[in-house]
Amino acid sequence: MKVSFNINGKSQTVEAEENTPLLWVIRDVLDLKGTKFGCGKAACGACTIHVDGEAVRSCSFAVKYAEGKNITTIEGLGTADNLHPVQQAWIEEIVPQCGYCQPGFMMATAAMLEKIPDPTDEDIDNNIINVCRCGTYYRMRKAIHRAAALKNTNL
Amino acid sequence: MKRATLHYLLSLLCMLVLVFGFAYADPNSDGTPEVSAEAEGIQSADAAFDQMMAVLTHKRCVNCHPSGDRPRQGEDSHLHYFEVSRGADGHGLAALQCSTCHQETNNLQSGVPGAPHWHLAPRSMAWEGLSRTEIAESMLDPERNGGRSLEEIVHHLTEDDLVLWAFEPGVDHEGIPREKPPVSKEDYIQAVKDWAAAGAPIPAE
Repeated sequence: MKVSFNINGKSQTVEAEENTPLLWVIRDVLDLKGTKFGCGKAACGACTIHVDGEAVRSCSFAVKYAEGKNITTIEGLGTADNLHPVQQAWIEEIVPQCGYCQPGFMMATAAMLEKIPDPTDEDIDNNIINVCRCGTYYRMRKAIHRAAALKNTNL
Repeated sequence: MKRATLHYLLSLLCMLVLVFGFAYADPNSDGTPEVSAEAEGIQSADAAFDQMMAVLTHKRCVNCHPSGDRPRQGEDSHLHYFEVSRGADGHGLAALQCSTCHQETNNLQSGVPGAPHWHLAPRSMAWEGLSRTEIAESMLDPERNGGRSLEEIVHHLTEDDLVLWAFEPGVDHEGIPREKPPVSKEDYIQAVKDWAAAGAPIPAE
């Protein structure tokens, strides 16, 4: 089937079997490699993207549901000249270790900050449930608080 | 000779009455002397209640009618992994909605189940730990059922895609089909309607 959507500000139409995971389309058809495949079971969160502003696990999101939606991947979160507060905070707190899971964490964090501008530690624990095998949770927590401060300062 | 013929005819008449009498009174040979409600497609309220409750007490239903704030999942009804919680409206937390992972249909690749408006039943509709009759009382209580009338309850139980998902629950994360309730969808729907038509009686247990 043909599916049309907007991704990172650009209109796209792709041809794919309707139940193809959107992650496959993003990585293999649109060549946007920032979004990662982790578990394929919607459990680890490495494939987190935004669909109409909501965090979604793209490995478990059939492409048919993308019709007409606004999709954002890590490539569209900010630009090199205008980093998203989450990206800026991640750099400042030197969060990544191997880095594989980080795009998913950053997308989940960006979605959370739109709903919870000044999250507590409890908010972070409850809403950001992605998995990092390097164990960068402590640095991520600091970065999330910093990102919230940066975002609120920029308002 | 005439007397013998009369006896013969009377005996024959008795046999005919016995044979045809039983045949007409008991066409299904089930010991029921008259056309039963079941033969007309209507079962007794108790039988309907049994069928309906065999579904509503099944894990496919109760896993999302928990007594706490966390859904349960799987054949062993363990607490949902990652401490997933109901949030303010049963659709998850602000940035961790049910729809973060659950879409409108089952995902057969990831094993994530899905149906329209996937969410937890409100706390007032908690069924976990309740008996069959307690669940029925809860369903009929406007204070706990969201102010639904009996007609609206029947509609929810028989036409809501999320409820009927129980009969097409897809596969789990290992590709193993999820267990379905022990009653077919058609029989369950008929049972709910029959129970409601009988006045939704709750048996004493």
